[in-house]
Parts: sequence; C-alpha cells; structure tokens
Amino acid sequence: MKETTQKVEKVVRLEVLTPKTELSFGKAWPYAPAPEGREHIRLQSRYQLFIGGKFVDPRSKRYFPTINPATEETLAEVAEADAGDVDAAVQSARRVFDRYWAKMPGRERAKYVYRIARMLAERAREFAVIESLDNGKPIKLSRDDDIPLATAHFFYYAGWADKLEYAFPGRTARPVGVAGQVIPWNFPLLMAAWKIAPALATGNTVVLKPAETTPLTALHLAALIQEADLPPGVVNIVTGAGATGGALVNHPGVNKIAFTGSTEVGKIIQRTIAGTKKRLTLELGGKSPNIIFNDAPIDAAIEGIIGSIFYNQGHVCCAGSRLIVQEGIAPIVIKKLKDRMQTLRMGDPLDKNTDIGAINSKPQLEKISELVQSGVKEGAVLWQTTCELPARGYWFRPTFFTNVAQSHRIAREEIFGPVLAIMTFRTPEEAVEKANNTPYGLAASIWTDKGSKIFRITNKLKAGVIWNNTANMFDPSAPFGGYKESGFGREGGVHGLYPYVELR
Amino acid sequence: MREPIRKTYKLFINGQFPRSESGRYIQVRGVNVCRGSRKDLREAVVAARKAQSGWSAKTPYLRGQILYRCAEMLETRKSAFVEELCWQIDQSPAAARQEVEKTIDRLVWYAGWSDKFAQAFGTVNPVAAPYFNFTLPEPMGVVGIVAPEEAPLLGLVSKLAPAVVIGNAVVAISSERSPCSAASFAEVIATSDLPGGVVNIVTGLKSELIPVLAKHMDVNGTDYSGSDAATIKLLQEEAAANVKRIVVREHPVGREWHDDRQAQSPYWIASLSEMKTAWHPIGV
Repeated sequence: MKETTQKVEKVVRLEVLTPKTELSFGKAWPYAPAPEGREHIRLQSRYQLFIGGKFVDPRSKRYFPTINPATEETLAEVAEADAGDVDAAVQSARRVFDRYWAKMPGRERAKYVYRIARMLAERAREFAVIESLDNGKPIKLSRDDDIPLATAHFFYYAGWADKLEYAFPGRTARPVGVAGQVIPWNFPLLMAAWKIAPALATGNTVVLKPAETTPLTALHLAALIQEADLPPGVVNIVTGAGATGGALVNHPGVNKIAFTGSTEVGKIIQRTIAGTKKRLTLELGGKSPNIIFNDAPIDAAIEGIIGSIFYNQGHVCCAGSRLIVQEGIAPIVIKKLKDRMQTLRMGDPLDKNTDIGAINSKPQLEKISELVQSGVKEGAVLWQTTCELPARGYWFRPTFFTNVAQSHRIAREEIFGPVLAIMTFRTPEEAVEKANNTPYGLAASIWTDKGSKIFRITNKLKAGVIWNNTANMFDPSAPFGGYKESGFGREGGVHGLYPYVELR
Repeated sequence: MREPIRKTYKLFINGQFPRSESGRYIQVRGVNVCRGSRKDLREAVVAARKAQSGWSAKTPYLRGQILYRCAEMLETRKSAFVEELCWQIDQSPAAARQEVEKTIDRLVWYAGWSDKFAQAFGTVNPVAAPYFNFTLPEPMGVVGIVAPEEAPLLGLVSKLAPAVVIGNAVVAISSERSPCSAASFAEVIATSDLPGGVVNIVTGLKSELIPVLAKHMDVNGTDYSGSDAATIKLLQEEAAANVKRIVVREHPVGREWHDDRQAQSPYWIASLSEMKTAWHPIGV
C-alpha cells in the first residue's frame, strides 16, 4: 500500500519536472532578411489638415516631424492644428451634419461606409507599410491584423446604417451630432476605423485627431475618403499633439467625445467636459491578467502569453501584462516562456520575419525603462532576452519579472511595453482576487482545460473582455471596452452603436 | 378612545434602521426625519459593496421574485402610503393613489425584466474566427441614486428598480423636500427578502450628501435625477477620480414620471450595467 502511494507521487513529480538546460539554437538558425518592399509607397514630404473635404494649411503654418521609430529618420512633416483649425473642422462637420448627412437615408450612408471598406482593402498593402514605418510595428501585424481589421470594421458598421430600428427595439435612434475623436498611437488606422465607422453609420459627422507620433495612415485615410466622394466635412482630420486634442475636447460645438488612450488623460477629459452636455466614452488603460491553471494546455498558454504581452511591443491597452500562474506549473511555464521568448526576432519592422518591432517613441521607451528600473528597485527579479538590438531606433528587450508583489508598481501601473509581471496562486479564489486587484478592468485570459471552471472564473472577473484559452482576439462584431478605470462604453458589435445615438 | 402612536423615520442601511450617527434631523411638515451625515453615507456604501456580489450571484428568477414581492408588500400597504403622500406633498388622495399604484405597477414591470434583459440586450457575436463569442450584461456594481425632489415615491422607485433588478447594490439619496415616502419604502424592502445592504436609503440634505457620493472611490456609477447644473457638474467632475459612470440624461419631469414611455425602460437597466464579452475557442 505504501509503495503504491510513493509511485503515484513520483509520476506527479515527473510531470512538473523542470528541464535544467536552456533551449539555444546558437547561430544554427539564422533568418535571411525578408523585407517588404516600399517602392510602391509614396509618402508626401508634408501633410496638411483635412477639413471640409480639402487639404488645407494650418493657420499657424507650423508643422512637426513624424519619425520612423526603428531608424529615427523623419518620414514627413505634419501640420499642427490650433484651436482655429479645430474650430473650422467642427464647423464644417456641423454644417454637413445639419444640411445633409443626418438626413440622408441609412441605406445611402451605408454605401459610403462600404465604399471606404472596399477601397481600404484594395490598398491594404500600402496602408500596412505606412503603418509599420510610422509606428514601428512588425509588418506581420499591420498586414494581418491592423489593416484587415480596420477594413472589417468599416464593412461591419456600414451594414448597420439602415438597420438601426432593429438595434434599438422600442426606440428610435437619432445621431448625436459632431463627434470629436481622439485616438492613440498603438493601432493608428484601426483605432481610426473603430471611431469613424460607427459614428458615420449612425449619421454623425466626425473630427478625428490622430496621435502625434503616428498621423500618417489617418491622413492617407483622409485622401481615400476624399476619393470615395464622401460629402465634404463628414470626416475631418486634424493632426497635432495634446493642445490640438484639448481644443477639440473643449470645443463647444462638439456633441460627443470618444477617447482612447491612457487612464491619466481620460480622467482629465472626464473632468474637463464636466457640466457640458457632451456625451463621453473612454477606452483607457489596463493591467490585464493571464490566469493559467495547473490543468491548462501549457504550450497553447505560452503562445497566449507571447501573443498578449509581446504582441505589438506590448503597446496594447488590453496587453496581458500580468501572468497569474498556479504554483504547480509555475516552474515549467517560466522555463518554456524563456525558451519561447529567446526565439522572438526583433528588428526591422518591415521584415516579414520580425516578431518584435520598435518602441513607438523615445518618451515611451524612457517610460518603460523607468518602470522596469522600479521593478528591480522594489525587489522583483528581472529576466530579459539576449537578442541583439539594432544600433539605431528605440528598442526594448522582451522582459519578465518574477518575485513580484501585488504592491509593486510593475504589478499595478500600465507599462505599455514588452514587460510581464509574473505572480503565482494556489486556489481559484486567490486567482480571481489577484486578477481583480487593480483599478483597471479591461481584459483577462483564462487558461484551463476545464470548461466549467472557465465559465465560473469568467463570471467572477471584473473585466470587459474575457478570452478563454486564447488572447488578444478582436472582431468588429464583438464588443470591446472596460470596467472600472479602464473606461466606459463599448466599441464593436451592436453595443458599439450606443455611444453614437440618442434614443427617443 | 386611544392615542395613535407615531412613527420614527429612520435611515435604511445594511438592512437595518439606524438613526443618523450624527444625531441630526430635518423637519418635514412637523415630522422629524434623519439628516444623514457623511459617515452614514459611507456606511451605506460599505454595506452596498458587501452585499453586491451575493445579490448579483442570485438567479435572475429569484431577483425577479424578490422585486415582485416588493410590489406585493407595497400593494398591501397602499393606504398608508397614500395617506403619507397626501400630507407630505399636499396631494389629493386621488393623485396620491395614482402615484402609489403606478409605483406598484412599475415594480412588477421591472421584476419581469430580471430574466429577460440578458436575452434582449445580450448578443451572440458571429466573429470571423472559430470562436463561440457572446456578450452579456453584468451589474455595474455599487450604484448611487439621487432621487428626484418630485414624485417622492414613484421617482425613487423608478430609479431603484432598474438598478437593482440587474444585480447592482444601491445607495439612494431620497427627495430632500419629501423624504418620508422613501423612508417608508425601506420598510417594504425590508419585508421583501431583499438581502440587507442591497438597497440603502439615506435621507437628509442633498448639498451635504451628494458631494460624498460623488467623491467616493468605491462607487461605480451614479444616476442623478434632476436638472441642477452645479450638481451635475460636481458629479461629473468628481467622477474622474475613479472613472465613475454618471447618468444624468434620463430624468422625467412632473407628470412624465407617470408616463411609461418616458419613465420606465430596459435602456435604463442598460445604462447601469456593464457588457462583458467572452471568447471561447471552437475545436476538438
């Protein structure tokens, strides 16, 4: 009897045995360069503002450079819109809203939005390359995710334009008016699509401000919108930094603000427009957990971790920046994670083999470095990959921390970089408590082979999106958005229409 | 000949009827009513937070039955509520009766939504990948409700019911001018199997209580019924500290509280809920 018990124990130990050696291919597995061509891309040396269907100079005559973060080369100069430019954009949006767009039958509005989707698909390669140049993200991502998803978003919402009575039973949906939309630099064109598509489908007009480090695809979208013959003023694009965004948010002629970005700026916006009648939706930061149970499919989970924190250099609001792993499998998960991380290829964003591109800007790189330093100072244990970093540009090695306490800054603050904080748990209750223990509530992933456990944990997590045995999935028909300080309102699906309608 | 006994109006916190810890009171038509303090309101939030997860874990069927039970309790006490409304706001007995009856009907209407809201407002999303993907409403959490000054019973219940039916716990600030109906409605709740703390009702001065609610870091959202611009600004400004959701648009005025089209709506439940999207792989 005693012997049998011992045998069983041995088997269990074997299953969680951690290999001693690290996986290393040395120089035996090099990749030949496979850069995406950029001959077919024509960047202008200077970009104007898109107001009232025309490209116009900014009143200030001021332009700012946008650079390629992988090379630090200036790609183009971009107009800086001041309050006067923003006013002109809002007024043109208002005029076409009152006279034309809001009254247009939904089926006709739909055609314009469908047209944008189709034209974007035609030019997918061009947009993908420009996105990777301006943002620093691998072409693999911009080609397979950003641009196709942006296209799908326009296509999805186009179809709602003449079906709104089925989206809001018992009520009549009316457009809100002029939507002021401020978007971030991590998914520049995709975020523009998330904002513009539902606004247009519901009969609103738009003034969009792209992020100052990634304005190019939005401006090329402006040219596409011009070619698509959208009525002038339905979409206006004003480029600039925080002051431009501030002018848009504060403009009295704007009826609705949609903001995606940091929680810090989101709170400022919420406070700033208090007392006005402006509607608001916020899609803010996160500290999303990957929860891995002992019975998880480990290799799939490893891919999930890689795909949720190192995807897009960790510049993802719903990045799985906390790994909460059950004690029994923590050693093997960490071992396999190291091995997998060492295979990540960092470098030229235009190379089709590249997994990890450039950090979007110098300030962002500094922010990541500062937070990583804080992790070391507070006593967490740092591990980084050993890949070579390119000589120029902004780069940060895929990184994780073990020995992380919930009180550490790296476990509480959004880093927005390729940095993972690893913690362990024993019981499902502890996992839930740790997962929910931040002011954020954007997303979470659960990894286990047990279906009933998935549903139970899904119910208990305070987050707007739960991925089960998967991570970082998006679809225009699937609502996305946060609980708590990750913001409010949803984007995607029928729920993504709510922010843009008044119900009567 | 016998002398009737009078009722002491109290707060309703955590399923109990305490006086204000401050010992203060306001007078309404010669009746003393608790002037709830900052501390009372905070106690109410603590009670609401403690009760919320248990309440939302109850089955929708049970939540519906409990709300329906509230309607039953109100129906059996109708005459007392009518009488109270009459002296509290100088209403005619006919008008007061109308308000109580509409309140009962509204409770029944929302009770029925408990197990239908998710069906009508949740979605199954046909994503372009092999995933079973759905979006379901969940309660927002702890919700503050500022009841309107008018329609002291109907106005309060019209805002309470949609918040509670989806699984929120509520801290309500009653009408300041006419708080007695709210305090009495707490007795209906207390006899309806609603777990203590799910609904808390604080009477007193709105100018004292609203700022506390607005600044509280453990309140997820606030539904304000009224049109005072300074109050709306205050609520929206302070909300930024923890990204509270502030509902200020939907407030009927006067007789509109009696109009079903204007004063009851599943969209009111929607504005006090959060949508959660879940992705499940499809495969073998």
